[in-house]
Amino acid sequence: MTLLNLSRLHVTLGTRRVLHDISLDVGAGELIGLIGPNGAGKSTLLKSVLGLVPSSGGIRIAGTAASRLSLRERAKHIAYLPQDREISWAVSVEHLVALGRTPHLRGFSGPGANDVALVESAMQRMEIAAFRHRSALELSGGERARVLIARALAQDAALLLADEPTAGLDPAHQIALMQSLANMVGQGTSVVVSLHDLGLAARWCTRLVLIHEGSIVADGIPADVLTVDHMRGIYGVETYLEKTAQGLIVQPVALVGTSHDTAGKR
Amino acid sequence: MKDHFRLLLLGLALLTCIMFVASLLVGPAALGTSDSIRALLMGQGDAIVIVMREIRLPRALLGLMIGATLGLSGAVLQGYLRNPLAEPGLLGVSASASLGAVIAIYTGLSLAFPLALPLMALAGAVLAVLLVQALAGRSAGTLTIILAGVAVSSFAGAMTTLALNLSPNPFAAMEIVYWMLGSLTDRSMLHVQLAAPFILMGWVLLFSLGRSLDALTLGPDAAASMGINIKRVQLFAILGTAASVGAATAVAGAIGFVGLIVPHVLRPLVGARPSRLLPASALGGASMLLGADILARLIAPDRDLKLGVLTAIIGAPFFLWLVFRTRRGMS
Repeated sequence: MTLLNLSRLHVTLGTRRVLHDISLDVGAGELIGLIGPNGAGKSTLLKSVLGLVPSSGGIRIAGTAASRLSLRERAKHIAYLPQDREISWAVSVEHLVALGRTPHLRGFSGPGANDVALVESAMQRMEIAAFRHRSALELSGGERARVLIARALAQDAALLLADEPTAGLDPAHQIALMQSLANMVGQGTSVVVSLHDLGLAARWCTRLVLIHEGSIVADGIPADVLTVDHMRGIYGVETYLEKTAQGLIVQPVALVGTSHDTAGKR
Repeated sequence: MKDHFRLLLLGLALLTCIMFVASLLVGPAALGTSDSIRALLMGQGDAIVIVMREIRLPRALLGLMIGATLGLSGAVLQGYLRNPLAEPGLLGVSASASLGAVIAIYTGLSLAFPLALPLMALAGAVLAVLLVQALAGRSAGTLTIILAGVAVSSFAGAMTTLALNLSPNPFAAMEIVYWMLGSLTDRSMLHVQLAAPFILMGWVLLFSLGRSLDALTLGPDAAASMGINIKRVQLFAILGTAASVGAATAVAGAIGFVGLIVPHVLRPLVGARPSRLLPASALGGASMLLGADILARLIAPDRDLKLGVLTAIIGAPFFLWLVFRTRRGMS
């Protein structure tokens, strides 16, 4: 089933054309990496799907035109992890995760048994239940990232859009985070994740979408998207690429036009 | 946790009730407790009935309503702007309502027609909110709203100062200054009737925001992605504050610090959850204002100590203590 279908999507902010003619399908069981240089339009693409920025063109969510869905109905289909990991108040981890149930609650009624169970399960899956009573402002970067993913999990949506979730994390936490996204995919949620770390993108994603100046320039399996030519033409770097048993190794080594003795071409 | 919260609300409600009754029983006319209550409820005893029903009851009612308004709107604005320093005056509502009142005093309108003062103040609040909403425009950015509020506040403040500057006689200037300090003295049931509809309307708008404010803990984008209509939240927060704080300022003048401090103090007690802070802060605000008003009558019964002065005198050192505590917590 197609969870998300974008056809000829355009976004113009002010006079600046940010996204141009984007067409993309997201199916079940996909872990899609959204890659591209700074300012390519990755974040804007995620936000336009959520209705956070105005767009023209077609967005269909689970088969229904997004324009016919309220924000709340969208939220039942799509969860979102923004780039900044903002937490304003010292609420407990448990209450923070429970915020994920917001689109499912009505009026002044409190959470039901189903809501409580989903929050509990999200905390178990992200292994944060042990510090559920701690203040969310006292967490380390890695813990905070896990808590916020648990919040998105509790939303119980079929699709998760994550904007740069690995930024600022050490390698162990980056891998743990990608592993948890992969686990979500294993349990039936599709994930679209924007990434700057191409190594992580190559290693974990089933499919990569390369965006450059607001347009999709490549869409396919990592080995087809991360090519020497794309790395040169779009990122402006010479890159060492090697296919290994663990997947594709991607190591940018030098700016185009400078010395690049170690750059391989395989 | 849930029981803890209920206990807190119960305690605050009890405190508010005690303060309300105490406010009815304290005053320059030395009346016996049982006589007072009998007069209030059953209308027995001529002079006492007038004191109780015409002087003390409106004063206590206004203390309750205005205190709750300041606490509630402070909690909503801090939650909406995600800034612990936000307070009801931030949107320019208090300053503009004050300006409306000052114009009524300055032009002598309030002498000819006593209700002109609160009505002009309300008009000032309405103008301020229209201006802030227009300036903030379609963008739901909180920074624009803060800046618009600062602009409106500064302008209203400047016009108020101009009125003082050009005041025809020292008595008018004195009256303006006194009015701006805030007070509940000599208000009648007419004031209560005038303010109550606006205050209640504001409360309904502000109380409806609890769940949205909880979601805003994660920032506006995350909240919107969870189905919260941020523009609606903005509209309700601004209109709710304008209606309730505008009406409060219209009848009692600008009373500072309550809306800033009460949410601050109570936040740790409700697990920092914005939705839970709303009822707690409303009750806390009512207790604090009623308490301050009682204190004003006890400290200097015959000098008409101004409420705004008292809340600032209590509030400022308390705020300093909070700053020190926060600093210790960080280091």
